[in-house]
Amino acid sequence: MYRIGIDVGGTNTDAVIMHGDKVLVGVKSPTTSDVMSGVVNSIKKALDDTQISADQISAVMIGTTHFTNAVVERRNMSETAAVRLCLPAAQCLPPMVDWPDDICEAVGGHYWMAAGGNEFDGREISKIDEDELTKIADEIAAKNIETIAICSVFSPVNDDMEKRAAAIMKKRLPNANFTLSSEIGRLGILERENAAIMNASLRNLSTHTVDAFRRALQSLKLTCPYFITQNDGTLMGSEFVQAYPVLTFASGPTNSMRGASFLTGEQNAIVADVGGTSTDVGALVKGFPRPASTSVDVGGVRTNFRMPDVFSIALGGGTIIEPTDPAKIGPKSVGYRIHEEGKLFGGNTLTSTDIAVGLGIADIGDAGPARELGEEKLKQIKAQIDDMITNAVERMRVSPDPIPVLAVGGGSILIPDQIGDLPVKRPENFAVANAVGAAIGQISGEVDRIYSLSEISRDQALSEARKEATDKAIAAGAKPDSIELLDQEDVPLAYLPGNATRIRLKVVGDLNG
Amino acid sequence: MDKVRKIEDNDLDAVEIGAAILGTGGGGNPYIGKWRCRQELRKGNKIDVIPLDELPDDALVVSLGGIGAPVVGVEKIERGDECLRALRAIEQELDCKVDALISSEIGGANAMEPMLTAAQAGIPVVDGDGMGRAFPEMQMCTWSIYGHKSTPAAMADEKDNVVVIRNTRDEVWVETIARATVVSMGAAAAIAMAPMRGEFVKKAAVPNTITQALSLGQAVLNAQARNLDPIATVLKQETGKLLMTGKIVDLERHLKGGFARGHIHLEGFGNNQGERGEIAIQNEFLVFWRNGEMEVCVPDLIVVLDADTGLPITTEVLRYGQRIAVLALPCHDLLRTPRALEVIGPAAFGYPELSFTPLDRAELGGV
Repeated sequence: MYRIGIDVGGTNTDAVIMHGDKVLVGVKSPTTSDVMSGVVNSIKKALDDTQISADQISAVMIGTTHFTNAVVERRNMSETAAVRLCLPAAQCLPPMVDWPDDICEAVGGHYWMAAGGNEFDGREISKIDEDELTKIADEIAAKNIETIAICSVFSPVNDDMEKRAAAIMKKRLPNANFTLSSEIGRLGILERENAAIMNASLRNLSTHTVDAFRRALQSLKLTCPYFITQNDGTLMGSEFVQAYPVLTFASGPTNSMRGASFLTGEQNAIVADVGGTSTDVGALVKGFPRPASTSVDVGGVRTNFRMPDVFSIALGGGTIIEPTDPAKIGPKSVGYRIHEEGKLFGGNTLTSTDIAVGLGIADIGDAGPARELGEEKLKQIKAQIDDMITNAVERMRVSPDPIPVLAVGGGSILIPDQIGDLPVKRPENFAVANAVGAAIGQISGEVDRIYSLSEISRDQALSEARKEATDKAIAAGAKPDSIELLDQEDVPLAYLPGNATRIRLKVVGDLNG
Repeated sequence: MDKVRKIEDNDLDAVEIGAAILGTGGGGNPYIGKWRCRQELRKGNKIDVIPLDELPDDALVVSLGGIGAPVVGVEKIERGDECLRALRAIEQELDCKVDALISSEIGGANAMEPMLTAAQAGIPVVDGDGMGRAFPEMQMCTWSIYGHKSTPAAMADEKDNVVVIRNTRDEVWVETIARATVVSMGAAAAIAMAPMRGEFVKKAAVPNTITQALSLGQAVLNAQARNLDPIATVLKQETGKLLMTGKIVDLERHLKGGFARGHIHLEGFGNNQGERGEIAIQNEFLVFWRNGEMEVCVPDLIVVLDADTGLPITTEVLRYGQRIAVLALPCHDLLRTPRALEVIGPAAFGYPELSFTPLDRAELGGV
């Protein structure tokens, strides 16, 4: 049986067909405004090239920027009711207080604050009040809002109040969908609540998108299950995506890093993904992207998602070069128009690819125009480009060990063969590493919680957390016997007595079936 | 920069960055406080700032702020009037009217609380603070060091609980009792200290630190907007020096006595190629060694900035591979007296073998 991996990018929709560990074919076609026809085109091309029939495909894995783009462009977001269980605490900063005006308008800016919430140690700030929540539900119904985000103080420690509040409100809002913040984010109420509200506002779009993918696959007679990749490199089934669309945010860089790992067999490495306008550099730890430790903005809204830690520089295959001394490199790029505007293709703009071609590093287009600069000048510009790449790679390095740098993406000829003391590896199929990353997705489970070590030992707390994460992974479709610990971190909490410690832990397993 | 008279909405981003820089790695995140100030301004309240030297001798000044675990503060945000109710409890206890507020700690989250409480109370906030930086404990501020008795102190939480600490044996006991109280209040609460006379505050407070935080933050933001080197811009703005640009090559952390302690090891680059640096951490950055030799230590400020953006890096987000710039800023003379060094010198943080060698302000081109 075969698997199909898809990556829907801003410019191209890539598709690969894989058999076991082998990549049989990798194709690209332009991304279309409706997304789906681009996906259909790419899959069709891949199936035609390999002569594989639809019934031989066991699963389709899709990586998409669809939901991130909806937020960035403030499109297709539903009016949402934000309900925070916190009173009397937390009322000085209401939900969405730190959102840009336009995105706040896109979701309607509706919020309510009600009694509830827990303390760090699990005590109640106040009890939830059924009458109050019923009244809020009636007000939400009166506004015809059917998308609700509930966020309770310290819900990552105890999610009971969020669940009870949803059940109470559901009685008055039987058709509404509820997003509970504890299912999405970690500690940091504003960031977690922001993520929950964005998630809620994307649920309708998600339902439509999942449905459209299903129909697109059906039109190709693909009846196998399909999955969407999330930002930690693992997969979500279609029902899960409908409930948690925000978990797809930033899945693009994750897929390319995971794909690079898979194609080279390297588990610990730096990945440099060179596109047309920029280079994303990230670090792989045990085959997964290292997550960012600070909060991440999505469309101007602060969140605390498990985003991969990616350092981007404005250097890609289409980056415009002014051969001054020193040369001015970027940040502007001709991007995908390089085939019309790049000097090597008969255009008028000197690009980074011209430099590479002029030095004979790559053999595409016409090296003539670049060579007019003279070899010394070309070498000097290339040295500047190498410095930018070296700086970015050094920044993401995770240890003094000489781990390899994996060069992927259409513009990766710009990466030198050696970066400082680090060797560079260039996999076959480097241009479709992201689609490969989608095709190899696994299933994960995660826990992030504060434990008081005055009552239980650290080992007990860790094993409790691990069991919970494992249960979550199995519920999401992982094969129980394939589950292993991916990442575990415990951070003692400063300024708190009683040995409070925050444990973050993640397990992954192979997809069932 | 002229002395600040008012904090407006468009100053708040700069104050946030400047306060975090002065936090020397600790002090908590001023992000929430910034938004709370913004909310007060949107309601029409004003943040008036009074220069330290203009404070009337007989003015009553109260220092107040949040107390508790920073990680709790980002989850259980305040109801909003905790500090104000703590202030009112002090006024009620002493039957007085407070004229101005002051931050005990400009570095980090507590830069913001007195500003927003002053806006709520309709009184000014003093341009100065009790540390000129961040320290982990309350008795480490200048007014405690110079003999102010902080009782009666009042604490308030979001549930209408107010606790007045009327009298304690000494200042350390205020800290001890307040810590126990804040845990029962849910590890986040407000605390206001007994009023000080203007005459005393003028002698005991570190002056102009709101102005300093604002101008530091503006320097970083300007450098970013105009693509200038942020580190050079900060140093141009501030009397201080660049100790090292380096990459973190090792990082140890452990918990000891309720504090996050640890060490980072650096490998220099650029002008510091070939050098090794080490920084000791206890919530804040405490000591800097170059090639094994101690060079700067508390109470002078060791500031760690992202080498590329100039933004401050707090001890929680340190990680292997970061490229950082380590700066040293001289602390105020009030922190350098033998009396102050007993409380906030290296020995007080577990380094009895180190003796404080003050950064030479004149040598740094300052006044």
